[in-house]
Amino acid sequence: MTGALLELPNAGVGLRAGGPADAVDGIQPAYVARPGSVAEVAAVLRATAAEGPSIVARGGGTKIGWGGPPRSAEVLLDLAELTGVLEHNPGDLVVRAEAGLPLAALQDRLAGSGQRLALDPPEAGATLGGVVATAASGPRRLRYGTPRDLLIGITVVLADGSVAHAGGKVVKNVAGYDLGKLFAGSFGTLGVVVETTWRLHPLPATAGVVLLPFDGPDAGGALVARIAGSQLVPAAVELDLPAATGGSGRLAVLFEGVGPAVRAQADAAAGLHPEATVDAEPPGWFGERPWADGRVGLQVSLAPAALPTLLHALAGVQREFGLAASVRGRALTGALEVSWPDTDAVPAGLDRLRRELLGCDGSVVVAAAPTARKHTLDVWGPSGDAMGLMRRVKAQFDPAGRLSPGRFVGGI
Amino acid sequence: MTIDVESLATRLRSVLGPAGVLTDPAQLRTYECDGLLAFRVTPAVVVLPETAAEVADVVRVCSDLGVPYVARGSGTGLSGGALPVADGVLIVLSRLRRFLDLDIANQQAVVEPGVINLWVTREAAPYGYYYAPDPSSQQVCSIGGNVAENSGGAHCLKYGFTANHVLGAEVVLPDGEVVHLGGAAPDHPGYDLLGAFVGSEGTLGIATSLRLRLVRLPEAVQTMLAGFHTVEDAAAATSDIIGAGVVPAAIEMMDALAIEAAEAAVHCNYPAGAGAVLVIELDGPRLEVEHQFGEVERICAARSAFETRIAADDAERALMWKGRKSAFAAVGRISPDYFVQDGVIPRTSLTAVLAEIGRLADERGLRVANVFHAGDGNLHPLVLYDDDVAGQAAAAEQVAGDILDVCIRYGGSITGEHGVGHDKAKHMAHQFSAADLDTMQLLRCAFDPRGLSNPGKIFPTPRLCGEAPGPRSGVHPLQAAGLAEVF
Repeated sequence: MTGALLELPNAGVGLRAGGPADAVDGIQPAYVARPGSVAEVAAVLRATAAEGPSIVARGGGTKIGWGGPPRSAEVLLDLAELTGVLEHNPGDLVVRAEAGLPLAALQDRLAGSGQRLALDPPEAGATLGGVVATAASGPRRLRYGTPRDLLIGITVVLADGSVAHAGGKVVKNVAGYDLGKLFAGSFGTLGVVVETTWRLHPLPATAGVVLLPFDGPDAGGALVARIAGSQLVPAAVELDLPAATGGSGRLAVLFEGVGPAVRAQADAAAGLHPEATVDAEPPGWFGERPWADGRVGLQVSLAPAALPTLLHALAGVQREFGLAASVRGRALTGALEVSWPDTDAVPAGLDRLRRELLGCDGSVVVAAAPTARKHTLDVWGPSGDAMGLMRRVKAQFDPAGRLSPGRFVGGI
Repeated sequence: MTIDVESLATRLRSVLGPAGVLTDPAQLRTYECDGLLAFRVTPAVVVLPETAAEVADVVRVCSDLGVPYVARGSGTGLSGGALPVADGVLIVLSRLRRFLDLDIANQQAVVEPGVINLWVTREAAPYGYYYAPDPSSQQVCSIGGNVAENSGGAHCLKYGFTANHVLGAEVVLPDGEVVHLGGAAPDHPGYDLLGAFVGSEGTLGIATSLRLRLVRLPEAVQTMLAGFHTVEDAAAATSDIIGAGVVPAAIEMMDALAIEAAEAAVHCNYPAGAGAVLVIELDGPRLEVEHQFGEVERICAARSAFETRIAADDAERALMWKGRKSAFAAVGRISPDYFVQDGVIPRTSLTAVLAEIGRLADERGLRVANVFHAGDGNLHPLVLYDDDVAGQAAAAEQVAGDILDVCIRYGGSITGEHGVGHDKAKHMAHQFSAADLDTMQLLRCAFDPRGLSNPGKIFPTPRLCGEAPGPRSGVHPLQAAGLAEVF
């Protein structure tokens, strides 16, 4: 595979040998290419198309450990130099930027215009491209959705080096297929995201947070249901249930907007529990993933009202397999996150959890885990009756299967 | 391509029974066009399945015989997206109109594709919920059609489009396989094929049930009608409102000609002498709405609104909206014929683009009435003409097409909510490169390698699946084989 690749520096593309720090789930790439432009990304893919080395794209590297371990990662495509903000007309509430730009850097820049991209995944250093590729989100997805909902235009480089756009730079646009949604959460298996265009929102004038305690799965579920059925319009409702508490958790309900309305909403929310407290800022745990290095991190998705089913199921898994779960997540949306200790009981516990959640359309994806553990797990779990169709999509976009092989569902 | 219509009909009758299959020419002609009357094609057969299983059976028959088919909901589409294919089957889904589930705890509803948009809100409202996407045709248009077109509406400025409100779908693929995309839970492992399916205009398959998000009815709604002397002032007020950090539920604009038409048709009593009116609606928590409404009033005054009215109750609100929602049809009162255009521009280009549209119309001696979703830059210019005057129809069509090129030049889109369909396929190559279109068609090839599902829509040229991507030259093989035309 080396011939065409080693010519790339002559065309100005940065190239070096891979090292241990470049490894993706234990697979050390032979080379790291560091293109400086969209054209150079295209050049890398085009130049290597014939020999077909496997390619794994990386942005900030904050979620490079998510997904399945790659079967192969011969070339790491480092997008850290693609950091341009290409267009931002504040009056249109739209921004177009390159994929390697850190989300935090974009937010700093937008704040100068009183605006933000309403995505808040917690990983410091995450890039726009990485956020799209992993569909990463945070607490405010309750109000604003996930990358698929705010991404209005995308530029990608395909496996053969061709550069394609979809969407545009207007929010309302139904011309052609919405490839942005297809690429959101595709883990680099369909192409390399190089530019993204986003719908923006105004920064809220004020914020207020109400902390509501609960004791046990059913009380937690009932509290969440009362918020969902109320006239409250929170920006986020985060749940925190640390493993050590034995079932006692809390909700942080975030309101954003104009001062009087935020205060009135916060007062109303505080009325839901006698021990409620009101604060101006979210607590430190707000939006943070519950797992740390060395633990097993799960992303659980289920019908929102089935939250008690999840909490009961986790308690059952703890009793039977000794896996004490810490839970965080977006309580009103059905998107939750779980941290387990890394023990040999994880595969059986995971299998049990998946079965318990079948009745509420649930799925459990292993986001983070030590590489050795990952190899003993079905990271993505079952994906339903559209798996064959997903393979056909992959085969069309990447017929040789060279883009992030093995990282995605069903071994794609 | 020729097919034996009688043997096709016989196969279809074997799955639907005789009452579900129409071949009588007079009956077929009822279905020769959708809401875009300019294009008419009589299909070989029309079928009226009543269940999801029957839809799958029909698609399997089409797949077995290699016959193209087109799905149709209520037939209100404005881009010819449900235009039949001659020698093909038109699958009418209006008998699939069962409400399958109302799941208030999860704030979701499950419906069949023939269910009418407004019915969803009607079912959910007693529980305090509604279905947010509200195309102007919502009293008659179907959810299946909304999903195919990714329909918008006045309130999508704040709440998003159909794509943001569809959580799951059961889909019959073009080979008859049935798959389930999305569902009651928010994040399913795998590609977001649901996101790609919504808005694919019937080219990737047929949805036989849809799971929809329900939204809590807002605590407060306030609606204002503001009259301005000029379109420029109204556009500036719109920009100022958005710039002030207000996200209204809707901001709709009509120009003088559109106001004249609406007055003639529905007597909505808009401010006399206005060069433009804005209908501005805010909703949400009461205090937030009150605070922001005050800000909107100040902005309108600063931008020289000469009259503002605030709806005192739902009846007054309905009257304000009536003028806007009936505007397309109302134009029939002031012109014998008209084209409805749908384009999008960045909001900040509104004034410049309207001036260009005015110039285009003047050059050809025509008038254009403008009705639009000002908040998101979605224009609906109505190009007025008289078919009895020689050359006017062609001139009007030219103006309508030129308007799309203006939209593209300003960084916008050839369609914001009506879809590409048959009508705008020829404009796709102005907005997208060959590589863009080839890449989109990779998705088509994964779903429908033989191109049987709604052929001839969206893409200016078909793609033979499996051919190497990249520039093509000479006559396309499908074209040479007489299987396709270039539009």
